[in-house]
Amino acid sequence: MRAFTTLDGLVAPLDRANVDTDAIIPKQFLKSIQRSGFGPNLFDEWRYLDRGEPGMDNSQRQLNPDFVLNQSRYADAQILLTRDNFGCGSSREHAPWALDDYGFRALIGPSFADIFFNNCFKNGVLPIRLPAEVVDRLFAACAATEGYRLKVDLAAQQVVEPDGTAHGFEVDAFRKECLLNGWDEIGLTLRHADEIRAFEAHRKAEHPYYFR
Amino acid sequence: MQQAQTLYEKLWSSHVVREDADGTALIYIDRHLVHEVTSPQAFEGLKLAGRKPWRVGSIVATADHNTPTDHWEEGIKDPISRQQVETLDANIREVGSLAYFPFKDERQGIVHVIGPENGATLPGMTVVCGDSHTSTHGAFACLAHGIGTSEVEHVLATQCLVQKKSKTLLIKVEGELAPGVTAKDVVLAIIGRIGTAGGTGYAMEFGGSAIRGLSMEGRMTICNMAIEAGARAGLIAVDDNTIDYLKGRPYAPSGEEWDRAVAYWRTLTSDDGAVYDKIVEMDAAAIRPQVTWGTSPEMVSDINGAVPDPAAEKDPVKREGMTRALAYMGLEAGTPIKRIAVDRVFIGSCTNSRIEDLRAAAEVAKGRQKSDSVKQVLVVPGSGLVKRQAEAEGLDKVFVAAGFEWREPGCSMCLAMNADRLEPGERCASTSNRNFEGRQGAGGRTHLVSPALAAAAAIAGHFADVAELN
Repeated sequence: MRAFTTLDGLVAPLDRANVDTDAIIPKQFLKSIQRSGFGPNLFDEWRYLDRGEPGMDNSQRQLNPDFVLNQSRYADAQILLTRDNFGCGSSREHAPWALDDYGFRALIGPSFADIFFNNCFKNGVLPIRLPAEVVDRLFAACAATEGYRLKVDLAAQQVVEPDGTAHGFEVDAFRKECLLNGWDEIGLTLRHADEIRAFEAHRKAEHPYYFR
Repeated sequence: MQQAQTLYEKLWSSHVVREDADGTALIYIDRHLVHEVTSPQAFEGLKLAGRKPWRVGSIVATADHNTPTDHWEEGIKDPISRQQVETLDANIREVGSLAYFPFKDERQGIVHVIGPENGATLPGMTVVCGDSHTSTHGAFACLAHGIGTSEVEHVLATQCLVQKKSKTLLIKVEGELAPGVTAKDVVLAIIGRIGTAGGTGYAMEFGGSAIRGLSMEGRMTICNMAIEAGARAGLIAVDDNTIDYLKGRPYAPSGEEWDRAVAYWRTLTSDDGAVYDKIVEMDAAAIRPQVTWGTSPEMVSDINGAVPDPAAEKDPVKREGMTRALAYMGLEAGTPIKRIAVDRVFIGSCTNSRIEDLRAAAEVAKGRQKSDSVKQVLVVPGSGLVKRQAEAEGLDKVFVAAGFEWREPGCSMCLAMNADRLEPGERCASTSNRNFEGRQGAGGRTHLVSPALAAAAAIAGHFADVAELN
């Protein structure tokens, strides 16, 4: 996995609550058996005026001028500002794949849905929970200032505004280590293979009916 | 004396392989359900890393999301859907499994229907699947939740997941349900009460006399939608219904092993005096049939209600969300729910496609006709076995006589990955679980309801109380 250490990135605001993973990447694109290439279809139904299908030349499609990410000032944004319960619904990891493929490396919002939150960490995308009033402030600042950027420092667990105001955030210690180092979690778990084997043997003896 | 434990705590502690000081634990996984959409990249990742699956005997696989629900003799016409299903065929052929129910197999079906009906989901297990509705299996007192594709690969390679313990939430529904009120109405009412993020971070146990009074099918409907309330896992304690349902199923134990298993399963309840992080109490008798009006399952009303007015909402983010939802849904504030007309009806999905659901819909449809204003009524059984059972009971004939379409099993129009979908602007009464924008087809408008209410909408052409149909 790609490591995440620090980021100084342009911020784009997506000002709506309960953004679900169907909206992040619609189902027709889940037919792919690849992990990459989902970026052009991120938020497909909001982003384009026509109906997207796999295999289309997305550069020829008509963009929805009202959708925030289509504004030129947010081109190349790397940080997405979100509202409550971002990533709810389907467990599709295609959602963080699409965000990552588009170029987002960090997400900042008051809350994220559990499965999506977890999936982000597996893909080098950092979801950051900040208090709702701080997120409100960032939305306002982002709207008021063209080219608004934020700095994210994972080691220090801080989001820093352009004026130097820093906001601390919580992150699970294990996830932080994995992300900072770009570790392969499967490799880490397999270091405990003997313990897993011992647990399994014990469980099989006690509950053989789970091992038919 | 040992401290009183919740069901979740019992399940958690019986699966901890190791735990670090900060609470990060390795949890052993007993059952791994696999379908075609979220597994190909995991199998590929495993292969690229030169790793072998840890225990293929834990795998139960089926193709459900992409499969068509009619003209099976023509195969899967969409080439990319076909490729995904064939990729699953090839992966399972290469790796192996306890059971594989491929496209057209008589036991093929929605992964969350086939697990329990084959006895591959058992109390006390940990069950995972690359699908958020894995919470369904918690109806059998197993710790079951959805995972992403990276975790699918992790479970394939290690038989474990890295997790931290969740908080515990008890939803206690006491009393008796009014006639015509179903499990679907109960869970929609719960989501309406606590919101779609109300269960975030929690394992959500459902208890109380109304839950104990439900069949296993009803309990699966409830746990299925725990994820729509934000909880990865739903849970219901073991009782006679659980044991009776599992007896004699193909992958359930038998003979002396059955007795031994049952003795253990009987312990899978929350102890008296167990402490939860949060408890929400609901009065069963107060719950009415539910209909969603917006684009999130928490946007729900009872059938006698009306579309709410965003202007009355104080929270600006919520108000904006309601306004956007009404615009998308093509609805005006104040419209009585019963005045909303539907274009299509979908009866199916991992929420409501089991035999009891089909019986409830057939009871309403019997001797009646689909309204001319309704373009299509799809009835999609959850599995080949459900289909066979329904046909043995003559339900298919009831549906066809009423002008409904009787289809082959699969996920179908719940998420519209196959050809079953809404056209832009079409309105659907659906027994599925998500009314998100575009969920059933780009521009489609979804109202979530129970099977009985879906059938009633098909007959009346608009939402209606079953009792009011003539």
